[in-house]
Amino acid sequence: MATAHGDTSAGTPQAKGPRRARGTATATPSRTPASAHDLDLLRQMLLIRRFEERCVELYSAAAIRGFVHLYIGEEAVAVGVHQALDERDAVVSTYREHGHALARGVPPEAVMAEMYGKTTGCSHGRGGSMHLFDAARRFYGGNAIVGGGLPLAAGLALADRMRGESRVTCCFFGDGAFAEGEFHETANLAALWGLPVLFVCENNLYAMGTALVREHAQTDLAMRAASYGMAAWAVDGMDVHAVEKAARGAVESVRAGNGPHFLEMRTYRFRAHSMYDPDRYRSKGEIEEWKRHDPVTGLADGMRASGLLDDAAMEALDHAVMEEIDRAVQTAEGAPEEAAEDLLLHVTGRHEEAPS
Amino acid sequence: MSTRTRPRAHPDDATTTYREALREGLREALTSDDRVFLMGEDVGRYGGCFGVSLGLLEEFGPERVRDTPLSESAFVGAGIGAALAGMRPVVEIMTVNFSLLALDQILNNAATLRHMSGGQLGVPLVIRMTTGAGRQLAAQHSHSLEGWYAHIPGLRVLAPATVDDARHVLAAALADPDPVLLFEHGSLYNAAGMLDPAVHDVDLDSAAVRREGADVTVVAYGGCVSKALEAAEALAEEGISAEVIDLRTLRPLDDATVVGSVRRTHRAVLVDEGWRSGSLSAEIESRICEQAFFDLDAPVERVCSAEVPIPYARRLEEAALPQPAGIVAAARRVVS
Ligand SMILES: Cc1ncc(C[n+]2csc(CCOP(=O)(O)OP(=O)(O)O)c2C)c(N)n1
Ligand SMILES: [Mg+2]
Repeated sequence: MATAHGDTSAGTPQAKGPRRARGTATATPSRTPASAHDLDLLRQMLLIRRFEERCVELYSAAAIRGFVHLYIGEEAVAVGVHQALDERDAVVSTYREHGHALARGVPPEAVMAEMYGKTTGCSHGRGGSMHLFDAARRFYGGNAIVGGGLPLAAGLALADRMRGESRVTCCFFGDGAFAEGEFHETANLAALWGLPVLFVCENNLYAMGTALVREHAQTDLAMRAASYGMAAWAVDGMDVHAVEKAARGAVESVRAGNGPHFLEMRTYRFRAHSMYDPDRYRSKGEIEEWKRHDPVTGLADGMRASGLLDDAAMEALDHAVMEEIDRAVQTAEGAPEEAAEDLLLHVTGRHEEAPS
Repeated sequence: MSTRTRPRAHPDDATTTYREALREGLREALTSDDRVFLMGEDVGRYGGCFGVSLGLLEEFGPERVRDTPLSESAFVGAGIGAALAGMRPVVEIMTVNFSLLALDQILNNAATLRHMSGGQLGVPLVIRMTTGAGRQLAAQHSHSLEGWYAHIPGLRVLAPATVDDARHVLAAALADPDPVLLFEHGSLYNAAGMLDPAVHDVDLDSAAVRREGADVTVVAYGGCVSKALEAAEALAEEGISAEVIDLRTLRPLDDATVVGSVRRTHRAVLVDEGWRSGSLSAEIESRICEQAFFDLDAPVERVCSAEVPIPYARRLEEAALPQPAGIVAAARRVVS
């Protein structure tokens, strides 16, 4: 692991809440055999990776526009965390959310069509890359205000608490968001009220061009989160197994009524902040060093070493994933545009359904 | 708490205060729909910073009358999240000046989530807050920023001005599928009036004609309605018949009532406690000009707050705000 993050160890409690019991990180082993499970993890991470690589091509070809933030390098976080969540749970995300949406099960066709601004997009062309939504999958977006999704997560969890539902709301946000007031207000509120929130801080060491050490006086984010009275861990976010294990432990404890938990996922983005970013604020060497911990090749190599994967299987997997993405691009290109007459739809709900 | 008695609507006459009427509305909502809950700073044990929710904690318990930490962004956002999940939260922000700490949540989430999600999500949330001046609270507790909020598509903005509206507005607001901001003018809490037993609801889509008249249309809302009515009374003594319209809903605006009145009176005076520049009154004036320009017999007049942070000293504060005398003078100018 590159040095900037210091030590990380999955499932090791950094600090524990003074009032609430800390959930243990003993992972519930997945029910599928290890080989099938690993293959599924690999497939999901590869889907995100290849999907975004295609986004780069499409962006260069001007087929998709707007701000596009790539998740490449961070796939283990979305995929690992989602292993611990199920259908009843809710997910609140950021503008860097292609990976979260795909891991949540939003179909690649719907995500790609949204990038194209088409009717079949998961936000009917109103959102674009930064605002992916899927109400049926309880995927609450797609928030491009840094920190803006955090209070929503507390509210979703509050509704569950008040209705006695054993659901968890998982909120993804970055190390930059950790500096925002909205994080600190929400952490306090969630801990004070014991809300079933899983805070997943994706610490990729940068907020745009501002390095962690230049944005935080104290860079041990898990420790600071623990000061709010919630259990908090730092996790190797480049290792999907470590992420899954930590997430399962945390989700189980949140579901058991132990209040919010915080996971600091130590990760790194291999690409620039967005398609606009010339990436001048960090060295090529640093990026190369982190690429040695690529979560996708890391898992694949591990599987190879234990005989779970060979070249042919890897090729077949990649082929299947590419086909899925080709289909997504094709259907998006062929899908109809929203009619300009529908411009004013979905501003108010006077003629639309409210959630009940 | 035990030393404080719970004020109830006066049992002997049908008189109630604006504050009590709002509380009855809250009580009714909490009683009739278990998805409804109230949260905000000091809404519980303290009884609400202006006493609106006094007694509700004892009646409905701490789950449904929730005291929050001082964190406007978090608890307004939590209200949005709970509304997304199907609850019907009523969030109280102490004053409109403090709502600026939650502006991100109100504008970037509450008002936009339905649209950004392509109609998949809705935010049936009510946010109540105090607005306005008149109590010598100076420049950080006295502003009238409802006009800013009325700028935002996706929101409904209400300003109840009477005890009847205060009593029934919440039910209508909770029935709306979108975020509703409810502005309670601070000077009205102690205003007393008779509840009209015939009134059971508020029509949020229309402005109310509070006094009929033929010579000039005076448009006001919230804390300025009573000032407009006082002015109309004085004008009547001079033989000028003023029609007073209470906007009641600041977004979406009921153009039809305002423009219809101006077409009859051919003159308009607009009263707005917001600052004149870029104000709600400017918007209404525009709409009158767009829709009834050739019906006007005189330029539209506006009576707004002076362009100054609201000062503390009584004489200065009074001078900064729209007053009945100013409304009378403006009306005289347009009818002369
Ligand atoms: C409130 C707000 N301020 C600034 C921005 C501009 N901005 C977009 S992303 C970003 C960096 C956020 O960093 P971090 O939270 O670490 O997430 P990451 O992009 O690294 O995933 C900034 C400053 C914004 N979108 N919202
Ligand atoms: Mg970051």
